Amino acid sequence: MHDTSDQAAVHHHAPPKGFLWTHVFSLDHKVIGKQYYFLSLAAVVIGMVLSWIMRFHLAWAAAAIPGLQHLSQVGAPGGILTPEYYLSLLTLHGTLMVFFVLTTAPQAGFGNYFLPIQIGAEDMAFPRLNMLSFWVTFVGFVTLVSTLFISDGPPISGWTAYAPLSALGSDAGPGLGRGQILWVISIGIFCIGSLLGALNFIATTLDLRCKGMTLARMPYTVWAWFITAVLGLLAFAVLLPACVLLVLDHVGGTSFFIPGGLVLSDKLQPHSGGSTLLWQHMFWFFGHPEVYIAIIPGIGITSHILASTARKPLLGGSRVLVGCMVAIAFLSFTVWGHHMFISGMNPFSSLLFSVPTLIITIPASIISLNWIGTVFGARLRFHTPGLFAIGFISVFVTGGLSGFFLAQPSLDIYLHATYFVVGHFHMVMGVAAIFGMFAGTYFWFPKMFGRMMNETLGKIHFWVTFVGVYCIFMPMHYIGLAGNVRRYSAFVDDYLIPLIPVHKFITIAAFVTGAAQLLFLCNLFWSMYRGKKAEENPWDSTTLEWTIPSPPPFDNFGGRHPIVYHDPYELGVEGAKGDYVMQDSPEKLAQS
Amino acid sequence: MGKFFAIVLTVITLVSASIFAMHTWWMPVDISVHGPALDKQFGETLMGTGFGFLVAQLSLAYFLWKFADKGDGRKVREFPGGPKVTIITAVVLVGLEILALSFVGQKAWASVNLDPAPPNAMHIDVQAEQFAFYFRYAGPDGQFGTIHPEKINDGSGNYFGLDPENDIPARDDIVVGSLTIPVNQPILLTIHSKDVGHSIYVRELRIQQDFVPGIVIPVHFTATQTGKFEIVCTQLCGLGHYNMKAYLEVLPQDQFDQWLKSQAGQ
Repeated sequence: MHDTSDQAAVHHHAPPKGFLWTHVFSLDHKVIGKQYYFLSLAAVVIGMVLSWIMRFHLAWAAAAIPGLQHLSQVGAPGGILTPEYYLSLLTLHGTLMVFFVLTTAPQAGFGNYFLPIQIGAEDMAFPRLNMLSFWVTFVGFVTLVSTLFISDGPPISGWTAYAPLSALGSDAGPGLGRGQILWVISIGIFCIGSLLGALNFIATTLDLRCKGMTLARMPYTVWAWFITAVLGLLAFAVLLPACVLLVLDHVGGTSFFIPGGLVLSDKLQPHSGGSTLLWQHMFWFFGHPEVYIAIIPGIGITSHILASTARKPLLGGSRVLVGCMVAIAFLSFTVWGHHMFISGMNPFSSLLFSVPTLIITIPASIISLNWIGTVFGARLRFHTPGLFAIGFISVFVTGGLSGFFLAQPSLDIYLHATYFVVGHFHMVMGVAAIFGMFAGTYFWFPKMFGRMMNETLGKIHFWVTFVGVYCIFMPMHYIGLAGNVRRYSAFVDDYLIPLIPVHKFITIAAFVTGAAQLLFLCNLFWSMYRGKKAEENPWDSTTLEWTIPSPPPFDNFGGRHPIVYHDPYELGVEGAKGDYVMQDSPEKLAQS
Repeated sequence: MGKFFAIVLTVITLVSASIFAMHTWWMPVDISVHGPALDKQFGETLMGTGFGFLVAQLSLAYFLWKFADKGDGRKVREFPGGPKVTIITAVVLVGLEILALSFVGQKAWASVNLDPAPPNAMHIDVQAEQFAFYFRYAGPDGQFGTIHPEKINDGSGNYFGLDPENDIPARDDIVVGSLTIPVNQPILLTIHSKDVGHSIYVRELRIQQDFVPGIVIPVHFTATQTGKFEIVCTQLCGLGHYNMKAYLEVLPQDQFDQWLKSQAGQ
């Protein structure tokens, strides 16, 4: 590794002039980070409203939702969802949440803003590429949302878009023609944006670290973003060609994912020779690492904030955490077949895929135990970001444990495609990742906007959300055990009807929890303009982002070239001013 | 705040776990020969994960209760034994659990998916389409007619695309909309799809298997109890997915023979 002290100081571009270049087409990583964050916020609001509509429909299938007919006259005549429009909204909910929220905010949002600052750089390695990544992602988002406004609506094939349902066109169902093509194009565009972003993150981490910022001194978050970028580079590189092939099956007359002899509406389809399992293999080869792309930044953010909350570094420190994250990242490429245990692939391979799936729980368990061990003997400060970080540990453990059932092919026979799976993945990659985002938002908001968020509102938000998510997602495990099938727009089977009261409970819990998210949004925007002015280092933290003004100047360090002398989490240090030592503090203490 | 957190977390943990322990919502009684092995494995997994869940959440709750910052300048303390303890605990406990589950689970999985159907199994052909299942019995000659996709016509009831004029084995094929089988008789289903992906799920039989367009997949089982059970589709197949279902009727052998005869006579 060459000495980067000189290169790091070289800024790639001058401060921009004018609104357009400062706030829209900005090259500044901080502006781009915020743009990603607000893009995710828009996506999560739409995704959440869609989930409310679906939840209401599942509990009260015959009741009208006032005004819903204005969204789609055909999809919700008189305000009552049709089965196909339910599936359209389900597809859009999943796609928005997985791609434009879970993949976007924790990595591209916070990562863009804080990775350069935390390693003492003035910007990302390739600022223009960075701007391009965002705008490409934005176009992907607009393309996806546009499916709501075309005549046949969004596709009904789910966020996994299994072929041949997703490949046969509108004969297979509503939204599967133009809606499906737009969906595939949107995801393809998203892949391009993510690949560019991943390259930038890797180059920045390796090349732009300031003097003294050795790999061992990188904060947990930087490691998490770096590992996630490597995952993204490998995973999106497979999803992109899969999307190209699927588009070709629609418009190019090819049959990559469509076998011969299929009949729709008594018409023999003009395809032959394709493999439907090929789509599943390509999709899940991306799809399983994707789960970790969503959660590893959350693991990093939680660890980063937990250290500050507990006033001590993580038990086991960087070495164990990073080792475990690397192990998870590596293993994540060997487990994709566990989504396909009952797909009809060779049953021997199910056994092979099951073993690494179970083994991946070992590094995940070590991280979880180390978090809990960090809380032991700590001096916990229960501010809102700390609460969300601790909440993350609880939901991550809960969601992870139900994975034990699904990792075993023989148990998956019964549980596959039930609400047990829905409960599992929402808890571990949805809720946990979102807790990471909330923790990050409350923690870094003062740095990003120069003002504090309201603590009382933040705490109410936390408590309602923490209890709320357990009320929503634990019952899903129970009804999954009773065999409640997922992706049903209504429950008409004899054995499902008695489970509808549980769905009503879940729906009410979702509305209450949802109301708390509105409180969060109010807090966010109110604090942006009216919040208490933030100091440079409101949480007594040690990493480089807390050595500069809130909000940071254009070039982050105001022309200064930071030099790092300390490990990232020298907290709870005896004899230090306060109880901590900043990473760039030149003073030497006995302990360091 | 730490004590409040500890109480909330403890309540959530105990309520969540006791609903599992009380079997408030549970799997229906198993009616298959292979099912008890799966249920046993489920029980063992539940014990292991339940133990992990309680220990992890309750120790987190206890630490939250105990280690709040009281502003008294108390020193932070390292976890006794350091990371070695957590690493060894995770590797040993989780590792043992994995070994146990893999060995037990491999056998349970093999009995369903790797072992071939017994030679005396009764063969029933199943086709799924948007949004129905059709079941085909070979009829008195014991042979199935060949499927001709181009002849498939739902309007005229030729769901399997049979050609009885030119294909003699097709003439006595029995095609029905529900699955009727004799009790205690091994059954072999060959499942295939007419259009998109579907899945057959019978909770009581502990059976779930995707229909993959382009592939014929064998599924075998033996039902040990008579009765009527629901078959549902669990693979997203289009707008009518939620309503795609059929019934499984398990009959005593003599009633089944009678039923088959009456179907053949039609």
